[in-house]
Amino acid sequence: MTGTLMTGVTPRSSSLAMAISLILAGSSMTVSAQDQNERIDRLESRLNAMADALEEQRSSGTDDRFSVGGYGELHYNNLENDATGAKKKELDFHRFVVDFAYEYTDDIRFFSEVELEHALADGKKGEVELEQAYVEFDLNEQHRAKGGVFLVPVGILNETHEPPTFYGVERNPVEKRIIPTTWWAAGGMLSGELGSSGFSYDAGVHEGLLTQDAVIRDGRQKSAKANAANLAYTGRLKYTGTLGLEVAGTLQYQSDLSQDLTGANKTEDATLFSGHAIWSRGPFEFRGLYAVWNVNGDNLDSDQETQQGGYAEASYRLINNLGVFVRQSNTQYWDGSNGRDVDQTSIGVNYWPHPDVALKFDIQRESADNDANAADGFNAGIGYQF
Amino acid sequence: MRPHLIIFLIVFSALNTAQGENVYQEPQAFVANAFDGDIPEPSVLWMSGETRDTVEAILGHSYANLRVRYWQQDDRTAWILEEIGKKKPITTGLVVNSGKLARIKVLIYRESRGWEVREEFFTNQFKGATLTANHRLDRNIDGISGATLSVRALTKLARVALYLHDAVSE
Repeated sequence: MTGTLMTGVTPRSSSLAMAISLILAGSSMTVSAQDQNERIDRLESRLNAMADALEEQRSSGTDDRFSVGGYGELHYNNLENDATGAKKKELDFHRFVVDFAYEYTDDIRFFSEVELEHALADGKKGEVELEQAYVEFDLNEQHRAKGGVFLVPVGILNETHEPPTFYGVERNPVEKRIIPTTWWAAGGMLSGELGSSGFSYDAGVHEGLLTQDAVIRDGRQKSAKANAANLAYTGRLKYTGTLGLEVAGTLQYQSDLSQDLTGANKTEDATLFSGHAIWSRGPFEFRGLYAVWNVNGDNLDSDQETQQGGYAEASYRLINNLGVFVRQSNTQYWDGSNGRDVDQTSIGVNYWPHPDVALKFDIQRESADNDANAADGFNAGIGYQF
Repeated sequence: MRPHLIIFLIVFSALNTAQGENVYQEPQAFVANAFDGDIPEPSVLWMSGETRDTVEAILGHSYANLRVRYWQQDDRTAWILEEIGKKKPITTGLVVNSGKLARIKVLIYRESRGWEVREEFFTNQFKGATLTANHRLDRNIDGISGATLSVRALTKLARVALYLHDAVSE
């Protein structure tokens, strides 16, 4: 009976109970899901708030207005003089450079670069040099002005000479003797881009060279109590408006390389012209540069009056971090006593274990009007930047 | 008047027109443009585990933030990312559509050299680029002389955006 009753009642009660249970369960599930979603939302917003705070703390904990960088290179030279057979086997930490920069505002910044050359300064094998120290002002989005000690805008290597950015252990002879890289000067300069034409310009007034006998490289005053009787005026126009192409020309005029000093044989006004082109496409790159000084003066030799040089360099990246190059250059310059006319052929390889680290090797062959001015052999080096 | 006096006069007259860092497009405007003005709600991707490891491997250094914000509509994502060129971060907008880079644009450039990376003749190289299995671009990007570090920064950001697009599309 009970069973029947139970049996009779149970199905209805059971269905009702099940329905209520399902509704309650459904209701309970709904509440629970909503609750869970709210909890997840709350947790998510708390996590984001924590992340905001952490990221804010991280960014405020570091002064990103101040930055440090640098580059350096160690060279091994194994060369033999063509005339005397004298050998040069030398290990030299040629350059150790540290740069410090500070951004006062978005529009005003300071940049500096200090170099220890040849690893030793006190023993006079090298020197400590302040190669850059200037304050730069943004005038608007495309034009800026700087004052201080800066790199002269000329040639390919003078402004971009971090070792991983070029082929060859030593810098090419044209951008050593004719363009005295690294060439820095104190003064002021305007720079900017000319609309969206791809052209950019630099125009500066700065300390000039001081050389009475037209030894260009020795004429750098390095902003050390530089004689400023006659300033130098430099202008550059550069085009980089086509992918892979850079073409630039620099003109510099100085009214007196002797800086008003007197003498029987001495330089007067001088003009430097330099032009270069870089064409790179895929793994290929070609660089060509020509530079010439026209120096006027009293009783100067023709080799002093016209000093010039040029080079052509082709390179190919075999793989992403391995490249080979060949370069041919001619340099005609005055060494203080005589004119020198040197042809140099270099072939070599760069290997970049990291994009900012380069291992280099090259073989050089030189010929000159005087064998004593030529040396053959090989160079190896390691360079870095950060 | 001597030339250097003329230059000084130009400098000081021009100083009055100083405008600030080079903002070529505001990030919000870039995102709006990426979705034809119909900007989706921003999403957040937490940088953890494999995602963080891969991004840091592409960048070659640690990634400071905990999250990356992005905007997504169907299989199209937009990203505002930053990477340092030589000294300062380059703020860059990137749009990825179905695994292909649809657009890359320098929004804010703070370096004094290497400005050419903002030009279309350079950024057009990235259009249609995809990511290979080892997280590299499927093509060579031609560099710009004197702007090596800025070129490298943009190339890394393109790889990061493509990778992150895949990560949020899975």
